[in-house]
Amino acid sequence: MQPAASPVTRDLEREIADLMVQALNLTVASADIDPAAPLYREGLGLDSIDILEIALVVSKRYGVEIKADSENNHQIFSSLTALADFIAERRTK
Amino acid sequence: MHVAPLIAHGAPDAIVAFRNGSPIRAGRFIADIAQLSARLPTTGHVLNACHDRYSFAVGLAACISSNRVSLLPSTHTPEAIRQLGSFAPDAICLTDDPACDIDLPQFQFPPGAVPDAEAWPAPAVALDRLVAYIFTSGSTGVPVPHAKTWGRLVRCVQIEAARLRLLATASCVIVATVPAQHMYGFESTVLLPLQSGNALCAGRPFYPADIASALAAAPAPRMLVSTPVHLRTLLAANIDLPPIELILSATASLDESLARKVEERYAVPLLEIYGSTETGQIASRRTTQTAEWLLWPDVSVSVRDGQTWVEGGHVESATPMGDVLEITGADRFLLRGRVADLVNIAGKRSSLAYLDHQLTSIPGVIDGAFFLREGAPATEIGITRLGALVVAPNLDVKAITSCLRERLDPAFLPRPLLLVPEIRRNATGKLPLHVLQSLLPDP
Repeated sequence: MQPAASPVTRDLEREIADLMVQALNLTVASADIDPAAPLYREGLGLDSIDILEIALVVSKRYGVEIKADSENNHQIFSSLTALADFIAERRTK
Repeated sequence: MHVAPLIAHGAPDAIVAFRNGSPIRAGRFIADIAQLSARLPTTGHVLNACHDRYSFAVGLAACISSNRVSLLPSTHTPEAIRQLGSFAPDAICLTDDPACDIDLPQFQFPPGAVPDAEAWPAPAVALDRLVAYIFTSGSTGVPVPHAKTWGRLVRCVQIEAARLRLLATASCVIVATVPAQHMYGFESTVLLPLQSGNALCAGRPFYPADIASALAAAPAPRMLVSTPVHLRTLLAANIDLPPIELILSATASLDESLARKVEERYAVPLLEIYGSTETGQIASRRTTQTAEWLLWPDVSVSVRDGQTWVEGGHVESATPMGDVLEITGADRFLLRGRVADLVNIAGKRSSLAYLDHQLTSIPGVIDGAFFLREGAPATEIGITRLGALVVAPNLDVKAITSCLRERLDPAFLPRPLLLVPEIRRNATGKLPLHVLQSLLPDP
């Protein structure tokens, strides 16, 4: 069991889900994205090009630079919650 | 001359590669090759899946010097690996990833502790030696192998080195965002440095910040081998890069305005390479100066019965091209788009016929059609995905997507995948545009 997300993270999750749907032209509604499901492959079904697009959006919107050696790159994209946590800890805007 | 050396570097202390900013010298490379070829299992075919470009180069060279053929499939989906297994039943997978899930007998690289050795000179390889099969997805569901012999590969990249003026500025470091396993990366990031006396970079930077650090870790002069997707991402991220002598781009053509922005932002000439898995690279252009592609010497283009053919030079045999080429001179041409059925998504090429075949071979799928919608919205880095219509009364979108994931490179997974009761085609079996539009939600 993961600890329940704080209300702040949950708002951020929603905001990031909206950004992703918009940036990637996803056909899924942002409210239907399971915050605990992996973003890669099974789950939301994103591929490496999508991850590049998300990194771009995240750096513009939150000032957070994602690098391959950012601690545990795989972990960051393991779920919407994990991505929101990563951004919440590092955001500069 | 019936042989060519494995590498063009003239002395054991010449640098062949950089890994994390540290040089690897030619003598070490030759020793690594000898050790690996002695330890590889008895087999004639090796799928080289090494992510690290130096490890890939050692694997490739070890296979070449021990008479094994390297296999480079277009994708590593479970279905592609099964088909590779029937093409070459003795195939093994050489990997540097302990978590590699490719379903073939695996051999881990490096093979245990490797002593710090040096060997010299570089072995010479017969020009007619078959060194690799590089696969395209084909149009019938079975991947098509393209045989590559040593002499023709060497000839092709030596012409490339001359075109890029790399021979004159030896010891350039080549940083690349593309994998070594596809034709463009195989030629321009592995064979090119090895056959022109320059150095490859072991890493494969992905995010913009990684590309900047990889370039910064390499000593000048530097060259960047990349794609329109990564170049657009660099510009969109507005990231600074250290000085670069040359940027090379391929996989899809760049428009002039993007090429100009890259040249201005990074104060560097940008050259584009044109080629295909079947032919290897055959032409280049400086996009900010001309839209015309200049052919490799001895390679010629002709049009017969409405089909463009390429032959001569390093090209193994007359080859039909998937692009429409307009010949504008004996040694030059303009690109006029893809042949109707072919698609290019994020630099990856396939055909609608192949994709449809994969879709309709899923048990429970009665009919299916991939499509590329004109005017569909592109993302910030310029990607438009394919969509698909599927008739499958007993399956849901998730089940179909999961089957497609087994068979297709992720770039081609449809967005959206729409379940429909039937697909009404016209008399020629095509999907009329107005039928498509009526089935789709507004973009």
